[in-house]
Amino acid sequence: MSALPSVPLVTLDDILQRHSHDPTRLLQILIDAQQIEGWLPAPSLTRIAAALHIPRARVEGVAGFYSFLYTRPVGRYRVLFSDNITDRMLGNAELLDALCRKLWIEPGKLSEDGLVSVTTTSCTGLCDQGPAMLVNGRAIGQLNHRRINEIAELIRQQRPLDLWPAEYFRIDDNIRRRDALLDLDMPPGAALTAAIARGRDGWLAEMQASNLRGRGGAGFATAVKWASARNAPGAQKVIVCNADEGEPGTFKDRVLLNSFADLVFEGMALAAWAVSATEGFLYLRGEYHYLRPQLEAVLASRRQAGLLGTSILGQPGFDFDIQIHLGAGAYVCGEETALLESLEGKRGTPRIRPPFPVIKGYLGRPTVVNNVETLAKTCLVALEGGEAFAATGTAQSAGTKLLSISGDCAAPGIYEYPFGVPIARILEDCGASDTQAVQVGGASGMCLASYEFQRRIAYEDVPTAGAFMIFDGTRDLFDVARAFVHFFAHESCGFCTPCRVGTALLKGFMDKLADGHGAKADLNDIDWLDRLLKNASHCGLGSAAPNPVIDTLQKFRPAYERRLVSLDFEPAFDLDAALAEARQLTARDDPGAHLKTHEEEEK
Amino acid sequence: MTKQFLLDGQPVPFEDGQTILEAARIAGHYIPSLCWHKDFAPHGSCKLCIVKAAGRHVSACATPAKEGWEVESNSPEMNGERRGLLQMLFVEGNHFCPSCEKSGNCELQALGYEYEMLTSRFRHFYPDRPVDASHPDVLLDFNRCIFCELCVRASRDVDGKSVFALTGRGIDKHLVVNAESGRLADTDFAKDDLAANICPVGVILHKREGFAVPIGERTYDNATIRSKKLKESSS
Repeated sequence: MSALPSVPLVTLDDILQRHSHDPTRLLQILIDAQQIEGWLPAPSLTRIAAALHIPRARVEGVAGFYSFLYTRPVGRYRVLFSDNITDRMLGNAELLDALCRKLWIEPGKLSEDGLVSVTTTSCTGLCDQGPAMLVNGRAIGQLNHRRINEIAELIRQQRPLDLWPAEYFRIDDNIRRRDALLDLDMPPGAALTAAIARGRDGWLAEMQASNLRGRGGAGFATAVKWASARNAPGAQKVIVCNADEGEPGTFKDRVLLNSFADLVFEGMALAAWAVSATEGFLYLRGEYHYLRPQLEAVLASRRQAGLLGTSILGQPGFDFDIQIHLGAGAYVCGEETALLESLEGKRGTPRIRPPFPVIKGYLGRPTVVNNVETLAKTCLVALEGGEAFAATGTAQSAGTKLLSISGDCAAPGIYEYPFGVPIARILEDCGASDTQAVQVGGASGMCLASYEFQRRIAYEDVPTAGAFMIFDGTRDLFDVARAFVHFFAHESCGFCTPCRVGTALLKGFMDKLADGHGAKADLNDIDWLDRLLKNASHCGLGSAAPNPVIDTLQKFRPAYERRLVSLDFEPAFDLDAALAEARQLTARDDPGAHLKTHEEEEK
Repeated sequence: MTKQFLLDGQPVPFEDGQTILEAARIAGHYIPSLCWHKDFAPHGSCKLCIVKAAGRHVSACATPAKEGWEVESNSPEMNGERRGLLQMLFVEGNHFCPSCEKSGNCELQALGYEYEMLTSRFRHFYPDRPVDASHPDVLLDFNRCIFCELCVRASRDVDGKSVFALTGRGIDKHLVVNAESGRLADTDFAKDDLAANICPVGVILHKREGFAVPIGERTYDNATIRSKKLKESSS
């Protein structure tokens, strides 16, 4: 996308035409329509609603749900600083202030000339090369004061993004440790050929033998999911690759999509072969929009090679194709039923389960939703067989795991380990020292203290979707937890009462403590909110939202207590001070005229 | 033989497909709700119907009953959570019961009494939610919205008008109407629509009818919401 759409290249009618006036494409239409003016004026929403024959209120409902859709004007340069804790640790707040000062604007407000707006956004998946930002959807990493100065100048000069220095937009893979998957050099189609040779049943049996479990965090057995969808009644089954990698601190899918896209798409075709699915979607998070052109190119070359389309690899009846569906800044869409709602062009609100997606998913059709890494790993199963795959890892966690390592270490990046690797080993490999804590699995994961570093990455011990954020002895774990609490409050979809109000209340309590107004009663209320969120929330977002607070309160309680005005009871009334007038009247100031209020003074 | 589960130790018969809440109410056991309505599919957003079934917290309105389940509902723990949820609903909006014309007929207020909510406990959010008085017959006071989406569903599924929808996200979620102007007067909303008569709280109010029923004779003046709802289920 270009920076300054001075003359719109496309009209709204073109966009509606391109999407066949299909209401399930509403989110895609809104994303495209926003390119015309940089935001979505009210009359555009009315026109879109009329053209799709849906209520305008529904269009407004969707436009208001996603962070990257704007129903009010934003700058022609829209700068969003990534605000994960790792960005904060690298000084993103100072850089944001500096940029705003140089541009004479306030954070979060549009400049008077409409040129630029600067604010923050949730983790953009560049924790290994932060602090990071998105400018009109394009990612820039490795920000520092020099770069911020240059960016301010480029914006002031109104230089189109395409003419900004190319090295700004260079995103490194930072692969530091390779194992089975990242070492795989597979010609496109090799895994599919092997799976087709086994037949659909044989292939599913191979998957069963592999014990491959979902890499998105929940760890559900992939073969069981596939078999359920396969056995579910209904034609036109669907395979969805969940590339809505929004968990703060996770960026492995970014690397897989950037450099191993063939493995991911081949995995989707392998799933389609097992399930007899005909349609595939890659749900790409809005933050990774910049990957789309190269992903489309990979899809095109796979179609040309007969690896997508009709009669794949000459197999009659094996018809399957993939389209890319963009997200627009909503972490909750990583939840599979919210993702399906979003895929249908709706607000990303999690559905009531059951029915599960494998029975009733996209448009009511049986649907498999798998993580990017899970799908890529199925290539290994197809090539080497299920048993060979299951030979690495632990009893309940077969194969390897990609970890996205960031924070306080010498070499942040992607590390692939067999399951069962101890935390301590990982810390040693990435050059971390004086480590106080590790947040495994992102904001919704676990915070491990140093006495737990012998624990292992595995579903049966420390499960993870891949995030691994390291905090050394200089970090304050209260700040870490507070950043995550802010994240969940921002990302709550607002559907259910406990999560909508509870995350906002929790944010309020954490801010109260941060501002130095905390009392012990607040910790009791925080405990109560944590429990209610965990118990009563509609989906995993709400039930995971208190995790960072629960863990840090348990393991790093002094970080909270030192922020309390009083641990026990702090009287507002100072008895000795109240005697000041009496002392003055009697002209006494000897020790006998004072009340001792502190033990140490008695000596 | 009919299937049954145990609700707070009492056997409750059910038919396949019935939810915990439906079966319980028919059997004369009250599980509270705000977003649930017998004529609509379960919504599961208010979470007041939360119960513990086989040790897990679930929404009674959305969870099909299962043979032999032990369900905990009317216990200090579950009622404590419900009171907390009510307090959350009160603090996130602007609810001034004494001056609200829905007072005495409001389900949120009645549940506040039912669950002995004595304080609002949490800090108030005091959101800025302007009212919409544009329509000749109906006033919208968004300050009291609890996002049950009953008006959204009634207008879409029964009235066939889709006058209402939710926009925004999280704590900024809010109700909008189906007009570019954002004004109810510019929609095809009518006071006889089901959506105009389904709000459990005081958002959708008929003009010129306020305070028509004297205090002492309002819906929940003489009977609790518990007994009213159970009577509805048995009729």
